[in-house]
Amino acid sequence: MRVKAPGKRLFDRLVRLPPFLWLAAFFLLPFAITLKISLSEPATAIPPYLPVVDWQGGLDGWSSFLEALNLDNYATLATDTLYRDAALGSLGYALAASLILVALGTALGYALAMAPSRWQPLLVALVVVPFWTSFLIRVYAWIAILKPEGLLNLILRRLGLISQPLIILNTDAAVIIGLVYAYLPFMVLPLYAVMNRLDPALREAAADLGASPARVFWTVTLPLSLPGIAAGAGLCFIPMVGEFVIPDLLGGSETLMLGRVLWSEFFSNRDWPLASAVAVLILVIIIGPVVLFRDSLRVGEEGGP
Amino acid sequence: MTWVTRTALVLGLGFLYAPILVLIAYSFNASSLVTVWGGFSTKWYGALLADAPLMAAAWVSLRVALLASLIATILGTLAALALERHGRFRGRALFTGLIFGPMVMPEVMIGLSLLLMFIGIGVDRGIATLVIAHATFCTGFVAVVVAARLRGLDRGLEEAAADLGAGPLRVFLTITLPLLAPAVLAGALLAFTLSLDDLVIASFVSGPGSTTLPMRLYGQVRLGVNPEINAASTLLVVLVSVFVLLASSLTVRRSRA
Repeated sequence: MRVKAPGKRLFDRLVRLPPFLWLAAFFLLPFAITLKISLSEPATAIPPYLPVVDWQGGLDGWSSFLEALNLDNYATLATDTLYRDAALGSLGYALAASLILVALGTALGYALAMAPSRWQPLLVALVVVPFWTSFLIRVYAWIAILKPEGLLNLILRRLGLISQPLIILNTDAAVIIGLVYAYLPFMVLPLYAVMNRLDPALREAAADLGASPARVFWTVTLPLSLPGIAAGAGLCFIPMVGEFVIPDLLGGSETLMLGRVLWSEFFSNRDWPLASAVAVLILVIIIGPVVLFRDSLRVGEEGGP
Repeated sequence: MTWVTRTALVLGLGFLYAPILVLIAYSFNASSLVTVWGGFSTKWYGALLADAPLMAAAWVSLRVALLASLIATILGTLAALALERHGRFRGRALFTGLIFGPMVMPEVMIGLSLLLMFIGIGVDRGIATLVIAHATFCTGFVAVVVAARLRGLDRGLEEAAADLGAGPLRVFLTITLPLLAPAVLAGALLAFTLSLDDLVIASFVSGPGSTTLPMRLYGQVRLGVNPEINAASTLLVVLVSVFVLLASSLTVRRSRA
């Protein structure tokens, strides 16, 4: 281990400084402000909340500011069933979609890893392209497919499978389909990254000892792929909890998710302090999974595009 | 490859691409009714070009994406250097959290908190606030791409240059940066794409004169399926696919080098 020259140490500090300052100013500080405003009260003023620090008032201004902060918004979150239902809804949709994603992602990730190696870069690119294609547009495309006079009902009716159109759009099913669709690449890529690195000799040994392909998959490949499953589940579950576009476009009026509640508190009700409290609630919900998945998320980084 | 894995591949890729293909097909539909095929037509593309508010929104999005990806590329490359080449340093855990936090944080939270800060310090919302917000959430993605390339680079080259008397800046500019260039470019393309695509964060931090393309599309999408939006979506899908293929060909060349 060489000793760093003083010039190199100064240079390293200068390298770290810009990203650190930028993210401290535009990621960390905004959260601190959100936390503060979640303890304020809404008001018909600019900005629409109270109290505002009285900079001219010196120390007295600060202490009266601190005294005016309160937990009223959190009391509202705890007592109003709308917010409890939204929190449970977010968790429920994210959990259900994650379970389906684990099953689908494992199948697809395994199929990618088993494909001839000269085809793999192309197949992986095919999985990645929709992932970078406009999220909004991919969700929008499902409206044309799922609506009562949409493509799916048209096909099913032509095939004679149904006589009345299925109502899928604006239901829970549509939200789950949207979540699974939008997040599938997040699940497939880390799983592929892990499965691709598995030593083929392990599978061959199991097969030589008489295990059927299905048994090899269940007893060898799948257990060794658990880190990839954990990474994929974390990468999907965490952002899905705060999802807004999918429940808004595909869900019905009764589809409650925290991201959507935050949006309407902010844009429709103009209750900024309550919207901030919802943001803090989302943070509290996802902080557990973030810590839990912190190590496995690194697998996802390496597997990413 | 067994028939099981082949079926999984076909079904999986079919599921991923079917909605996009449906959208592209309908964008050439002469009929404005989505379920009725009225023959091939490019009239919706013409309508698109004549839609002045949509074009204005596209122009805003392009400018924001260019500036935001430029900033995110610089910050993300510096961050990747710190993560891969600086070993242990004071505040490393915080630094790592700051870089990767915006990648997993739900967009509604990033958008809301940035807006609250901009209002708090009295900044007018517009192009500048959009650029700041997008650069913030794109930096981590650039850092991931560049750090992956740095991990694969032979450190010996940098050390040899330093031993021969090159200062740290000179080592970076003449050795590290040229070797990193494909990954830096790939990161920039991804940042550009992410910025171009963002709806949620932009909705919070944009001002009256700075409606972005996704915001404009979202406003119309809420009213229902519309062939002009299909045409706009198709153009966007084609544009993004070209960018992704460029970016991935840059990273593929990396792994062969």
